[in-house]
Amino acid sequence: MIEQIVFYFFGGVLLLSASMVVIMRNPIHSALLLVLSFFASAAIWLLLQAEFLAITLVLVYVGAVMVLFLFVVMMLDINLVTVREGFTRFLPVGITVAVLMVAAMGLVVSSDYFMSDTYMVIKSIGPDYSNTKELGLILYTQYLYQFEIAGAILLVAIIAAISLSMSKSKVNKSISSEEQVIVKKTDRLRVIEMKAESNIQSKKI
Amino acid sequence: MNVDLIIILPEIILLALACLVLMVDAFSKDPLHLLTYWTTQASLLVVMALVLFYFPYKAQVAFNGSFVSDYMSAILKVLMCGITSVVFLYSYEYLKEHKFLKGEYFVLGLFAVLGMMIMTSAYSLLSVYLGLELLSLSLYAMVAMQRESKAASEAAMKYFVLGAIASGMLLYGISIIYGLTGSLDLLTISERINVDNVSHMHLIYGMIFLIVGIAFKLGAAPFHMWVPDVYQGAPTSVTLFISTAPKLAAFAMAMRVLVDGLMPLVSDWQSILIILAVLSMATGNIIAIAQTNMKRMLAYSTIAHIGFFFLGFIAGTASGFSASMFYIISYELMTMGAFGMIILLGRNGLEADMLFDFKGLSQRSPWFAFVMLCIMFSMAGVPPFLGFWSKWFVLQELVASGFVEIAVIAVLFSIIGVYYYLRIIKLMYFDEPDSMTTIKTSKKMHFVLSINGILILVLGLAPNILMSLCLMALAG
Repeated sequence: MIEQIVFYFFGGVLLLSASMVVIMRNPIHSALLLVLSFFASAAIWLLLQAEFLAITLVLVYVGAVMVLFLFVVMMLDINLVTVREGFTRFLPVGITVAVLMVAAMGLVVSSDYFMSDTYMVIKSIGPDYSNTKELGLILYTQYLYQFEIAGAILLVAIIAAISLSMSKSKVNKSISSEEQVIVKKTDRLRVIEMKAESNIQSKKI
Repeated sequence: MNVDLIIILPEIILLALACLVLMVDAFSKDPLHLLTYWTTQASLLVVMALVLFYFPYKAQVAFNGSFVSDYMSAILKVLMCGITSVVFLYSYEYLKEHKFLKGEYFVLGLFAVLGMMIMTSAYSLLSVYLGLELLSLSLYAMVAMQRESKAASEAAMKYFVLGAIASGMLLYGISIIYGLTGSLDLLTISERINVDNVSHMHLIYGMIFLIVGIAFKLGAAPFHMWVPDVYQGAPTSVTLFISTAPKLAAFAMAMRVLVDGLMPLVSDWQSILIILAVLSMATGNIIAIAQTNMKRMLAYSTIAHIGFFFLGFIAGTASGFSASMFYIISYELMTMGAFGMIILLGRNGLEADMLFDFKGLSQRSPWFAFVMLCIMFSMAGVPPFLGFWSKWFVLQELVASGFVEIAVIAVLFSIIGVYYYLRIIKLMYFDEPDSMTTIKTSKKMHFVLSINGILILVLGLAPNILMSLCLMALAG
């Protein structure tokens, strides 16, 4: 009974905050509401006794990703007017698609096939059962191949990010002090012999 | 475990070599990146040799059924490495000419090839997805690499956002199929679909999302919106790369998911593919007529070709699938030549990607005009060029499976398509050139592009060589 109350409470918070993320005008509010929805889904993970996933969600998404996201939003100074542009224009199409999706999903999820009685009830497991260990076991044995590919994907992400954002040349204006110290007059100064202009008057300024 | 490691040896070596190229590039100070370039080419050669050396004479499954090595995967991998090698050769010339030579280009390219190889050998939906992400992520970065170009950044953004949506769709489909069958393994999925207690309606619901994901990645209408913008905006060498080897991987992905995994639902996905094919052929061929930019025109032509390529799947037989494979391979050859020509004409940071850049090419360089003539005739499907046979085999299989009306529609649209291919030939042979600047080119590029054009003609005269390869790929 109490589990159900907790589930519906966090489920409600999750739905509400997730839809507010889309509706809110201020991107900072959206980002903060997204944090709230991550918390709510972490709580639902906990109900399923998946404490490792719950903690990871909070640590990684709330702790790292969203904070970074907030920083970027604040730094970029996004113009809200242009973001809002076309909102009403695309609204009918958006709503139609959303309604269709919800209807199709409802049809599928509400049918007998996905009724909750076909799924086993979650057994409560003792305190000596380690979620983390079980996940690690399956990750390094059965899903080793996929795990390695994920590593390669992360490597590509790093390479891509560095090659897109790093520029060695012009932008960097720092001065090398060694070069400054050993510089000589001849390196900087050039004496050019020129003939003096004879008729200055005729030249228009 | 040892056996598993030998089965995926080409992938492991490619990953190691890609990291090696990354290191080589980080430490070499050469502004021409020659060492990086040649290590990359050598890596591709080594991987190709490894695949051939460990050629799987019977299908071998590794890593708890998430990896398979069979005839199809081996043949496709060799082709991918070969095609990528040629693409890099063209790219190197292009990047040098347009002065944004970067070592990361080749590193990311190698990782993209790794992603393609993983997709080709994927036997579980999870590996399909991860391979696809590895490939796409590398491609997004390659499109965005020319940072000064506004068009390239815009193209990269569009590609990234739409690609992310496509991945989302694909994942959604995968999760539904997993929920229904309780497995990510393609073979297990197809076994469990046959058992009656899995609801048919729900399977179709999941399958639609999978097909949408595949159609997005292949660029089939109505999921083609990204194709013209990305093809036009990206640097030509990247466009060349996107339009060649990844299409082979997408073919492999369609084969794995639709044929290995969802074959019991063949009558359902056939009807979806019919819609996709007809729409693609219509949009591609008709909109291409209005284009003035060569890259954009080729993008629409790609959409039309993808429509044609689906026809072999619609036939739903092993010979139909091999006709599709024949189609995609011959398409690669043609598109490689076509983009190679655009790279060839470009100069000093200026792209020669407008239709009028091809004006009077026969007077500037009769030989390259002839090569382009071969490519365009082949794309239009004129005998005896390769493109004729690819269309012929696909239509033959389609009619044999009883889809006569679809075949008629396909022929009608390809006749419309002939117009814009012939227009290029008219521009080259019957118009006066704007300038008579000679075409400077390196010997390598001259040689490879010529081989490319001749191959289209020769394989067109003897299509059975390639066809028997495709039949073998799908029989083993």
